Amino acid sequence: MTTGVKGRFGRFGGQFVPETLMTALQELDEAYDKVKNDEAFQEELHYYLKNYVGRETPLYFAERLTKECGGAKIYLKREDLNHTGAHKINNALGQALLAKRMGKKKIVAETGAGQHGVATATACALLNLECIVYMGAEDVKRQALNVFRMELLGTKVVAVEKGSATLKDAVNEALRHWVTNIDDTHYILGSAMGPHPFPTIVRDFQRVIGDETRAQILETENRLPDAIVACIGGGSNSIGMFYPFVEDKDVALHGVEAAGKGIETGKHAAAIYSGQTGVLHGAFMYLLQDEDGFVQEAHSISAGLDYPGVGPEHCHLHDIGRATYGNVTDEEALEGLKLLCRTEGILPALESAHAVYYASKLVKTMAPDDILVICLSGRGDKDVHTISEALGGDLA
Amino acid sequence: MSQLKDAILSVTASGDKAFIPYIMAGDGGLEKLKPIILRLQELGVTAIEVGIPFTDPVADGPTIERAGERALASGTTLRKVIETLTSFADEITVPLVAMTYLNPILAYGVEQFAADASVAGIRGLIIPDMPLEESEVVHPALTAAEISLVQLVSLTSTPERMERLTKASEGFIYAVTVNGITGARSSFANELEAHFKKIQSYTDTPVLAGFGISTATHVKDFGSFCSGVIVGSKIVDSLVAEDWEAIEELVKASKLAANEVGI
Ligand SMILES: Cc1ncc(COP(=O)(O)O)c(C=O)c1O
Repeated sequence: MTTGVKGRFGRFGGQFVPETLMTALQELDEAYDKVKNDEAFQEELHYYLKNYVGRETPLYFAERLTKECGGAKIYLKREDLNHTGAHKINNALGQALLAKRMGKKKIVAETGAGQHGVATATACALLNLECIVYMGAEDVKRQALNVFRMELLGTKVVAVEKGSATLKDAVNEALRHWVTNIDDTHYILGSAMGPHPFPTIVRDFQRVIGDETRAQILETENRLPDAIVACIGGGSNSIGMFYPFVEDKDVALHGVEAAGKGIETGKHAAAIYSGQTGVLHGAFMYLLQDEDGFVQEAHSISAGLDYPGVGPEHCHLHDIGRATYGNVTDEEALEGLKLLCRTEGILPALESAHAVYYASKLVKTMAPDDILVICLSGRGDKDVHTISEALGGDLA
Repeated sequence: MSQLKDAILSVTASGDKAFIPYIMAGDGGLEKLKPIILRLQELGVTAIEVGIPFTDPVADGPTIERAGERALASGTTLRKVIETLTSFADEITVPLVAMTYLNPILAYGVEQFAADASVAGIRGLIIPDMPLEESEVVHPALTAAEISLVQLVSLTSTPERMERLTKASEGFIYAVTVNGITGARSSFANELEAHFKKIQSYTDTPVLAGFGISTATHVKDFGSFCSGVIVGSKIVDSLVAEDWEAIEELVKASKLAANEVGI
């Protein structure tokens, strides 16, 4: 699978989309190429990131968590403190500004946890764009709070009842909507996945996470971290965090996939772990599928990790051994979540809790003066019903 | 050499228009595949497009998507469709055109798929989520198995792109008539005739119209400025309703006689 011309990361990526989308992807590619090096655009983006989103986000030394785990020093990159509560706004805002430059007045997006939907709805309210968000019916239930928020922001939320009624099916519907309304609509894809140029665009808008982290850790510790840990849904918070460190071979990069109810049960979202490759949503990537090439449903307690594939750049980093991909079960993620609440007074998103748990084990294998950074991709307010239910409470 | 192209050209040479019905293999159970194909070829269709169900059919509208879900529920897979077709391949007299998303082919193994498909009577292939740029992954194996890889040309394709697609397309050119996904529609943009003339100007490979064609009038209208039509959702619905009269009416509309006497 190294034949396609555009947007390859090693053997992964590409543009596996219906012909109707090809011209739009080319337009997007060209438009993005222009703004990438356009100072006025970058200044405008920076203005909003600083004054509206609240960047830069702190790189916080989690002292009590470090003590509790017993090992390397743990820093948290606080993407949870962004406006709307997760890293998703970095990309949503960047793409919404890009859409404006392209003269598109309407936006379509998919969402899993609802964080990308809320971020997109927010950017659209801010920039006066019309917005429609597709969301799996399962997720509409799990993330009712975010549905309400999107509607308050003036976005139309459409529940997708098809297939597994989760993120992958929302992407299918968003793609169909885009194909049908290609003339006036831009698709703000929410993760570093999909057809070229999306994985690159999303990574570039998210690399602010890694760029800031790099500057911050150099400032406080006067050196680079030994390890970085981030959770993997489609792979955007993680690639944004990893990318500025890829050339620094001494910085170990760890991506954490969702092991759901346990890898052995088959009910998980660990695409890289599965070792199977295939094509879905425009890209060749690691993909959960059966022997007939049918895409399998992913399972995770966190709606944002509930996706059967993983962005192509991660697939490549895995292939070349530059990053390590582990996985964490629902139960372990809940443990990580409680740990962070108890030691630091921070309620992480269930997605981010996967990274917290993984890191809490990894630091034990490291020296006390080593440094590990966790990308705390979002806050857990949206998840309180799910958490309560999982812990046997009756809030839900 | 394309058996598919020859079949279409021999129809248009007689003054008729090509008519290619789309069916979803396994909708209603795979045991229906044989009787449906045999009856369609009896009605005088030019070729038959055999849809393979997929879990994530992004290019399809609700009708074909639901048909695909029914087919999946009855256990249909690419492998089983090929086995079923092979079991009566000697009775198949028209070229079959498989329409499948790319991933089932990758899972099957590209070379093995091409070889088995050829034995099953498949002469053409449409992969709706594989644009020309990505087609090298399957093209050599298909060429070896003498299966024509049909390209879709959309309304959004730029002239430069249109020319490349038309020249690369084998068997016929699948001209998409609307921006969007498959499914019945009542109206089409006015500029279509010019669009089709433009496409045909690049090539002598026949240009067929597809997506949204659902009435005898559509069949005749499109037939007046291209080589024929592909009818999908309407056929799928009619097969579910077992309304063979409706199908017959559509096929008839593609024949010269129908257009001359103005039925
Ligand atoms: C807080 C949070 N973290 C992580 C993710 C996973 O997405 P990605 O892998 O693109 O960062 C999501 C997705 O919704 C999310 O909301």
